[in-house]
Amino acid sequence: MNAILTHFYFVIISVTIGSIIAVILAIALSRFKKAAKYLMPILGIFQTIPGIVFIGVLFIYIGMRPETIIIALSVYAILPVLKNAYTGIVTVDPALIEAGRGIGMNPWILLWRVELPMALNSIITGIRMSTIYTVSWAVLAAMIGQGGLGEFIYIGINSNMKQFIVMGSIPAALMAIGLGFLIDKVQVKLTPRGLRRN
Amino acid sequence: MKLEHVTQHIYLVLMAALFTIVFGLIFGIIAYLFPKVRKYVIFVFDLFQTIPTLATLGLLMVFFGASPTTVIVGLTLYNLLPVVRNTMVGLMEVAPAIKEAAEGMGMPKMTKLFKVELPLAFPLIFAGMRISLVNSIGSAVMGFFVGGGGLGYVLYRGIRTMNFTFILQGTLTLMAMAIVVDAIMSYYENRLLPKNQRGV
Repeated sequence: MNAILTHFYFVIISVTIGSIIAVILAIALSRFKKAAKYLMPILGIFQTIPGIVFIGVLFIYIGMRPETIIIALSVYAILPVLKNAYTGIVTVDPALIEAGRGIGMNPWILLWRVELPMALNSIITGIRMSTIYTVSWAVLAAMIGQGGLGEFIYIGINSNMKQFIVMGSIPAALMAIGLGFLIDKVQVKLTPRGLRRN
Repeated sequence: MKLEHVTQHIYLVLMAALFTIVFGLIFGIIAYLFPKVRKYVIFVFDLFQTIPTLATLGLLMVFFGASPTTVIVGLTLYNLLPVVRNTMVGLMEVAPAIKEAAEGMGMPKMTKLFKVELPLAFPLIFAGMRISLVNSIGSAVMGFFVGGGGLGYVLYRGIRTMNFTFILQGTLTLMAMAIVVDAIMSYYENRLLPKNQRGV
């Protein structure tokens, strides 16, 4: 039970930190589209680095501490949200921005009342991806002795004890599925009624 | 790092890719032909992708033991979604006029599928294959936990012995593989499109 809570705690903290940083970065990048044109492909390349590397490198620098996991997972959580938030903000219909400006909105209000709400759907899709990745990579926390559900999987695989593998895998799988489902629901709730597809 | 780890990694990825393509096409076509099961097929493969890789591999290990087979089955299940979805969507998006023309010529359903619809849907299907392949290069890292070897072993050794060179070598090799595969397949993906729809 404790392992589930630790796992959950890693996921929630990392996704929250990662998403906040990502949305701020996305807003900044959407103001400097020229820089973004070069930066986005580089970020895409970074995403090909597996999470195990982040955890490993930080482990060497910081050591066997929970912070290592949280920092590594947060960094990993930034990328999908950043990509989606940026695309979401940039693809807002220019006519809507024009209209906002026309009724006298300054850039901040425009961002807050027009651009971000229009991009919200895409941002949440990014958060969903991040959450699912994070549940997956948090399993590796056990690799450097930080507990979580990975511990059971780890012990089970190393000592070939099937019940341990199942005890770790099933809750991890359910957590990923459950969180994904929850975020889907939130996404529907946050979409204005007129824009809902079904 | 030894060459053996790289070849092992490539072997795992390619075997998984082969199965992913075969089963992806089959399930994609089934989903297209039977609209009633569409929702369930996508739901099931979405689920496979949601479950943490290591959890899937651990569970599969219970059945297949610690071996490359476990990794290949795991990667295949994990990466089926893009191919299945793109096959289904690609087939659905073939222009209705073309489908009707094929029917008008008297083509049976299967001839129409293989001679008209699949070739036209191929660019999108190929895009799905690219996404799957690039993803599986990264997720194959987890393979060594269940006895599959590959570059994950190099990374893990590096972390355990705090050897930076190992980690760096492993990471750079993985990145290079992902980028090269992505670049080559993107090039062909673009070539598959009709001239007027190609990107730069």
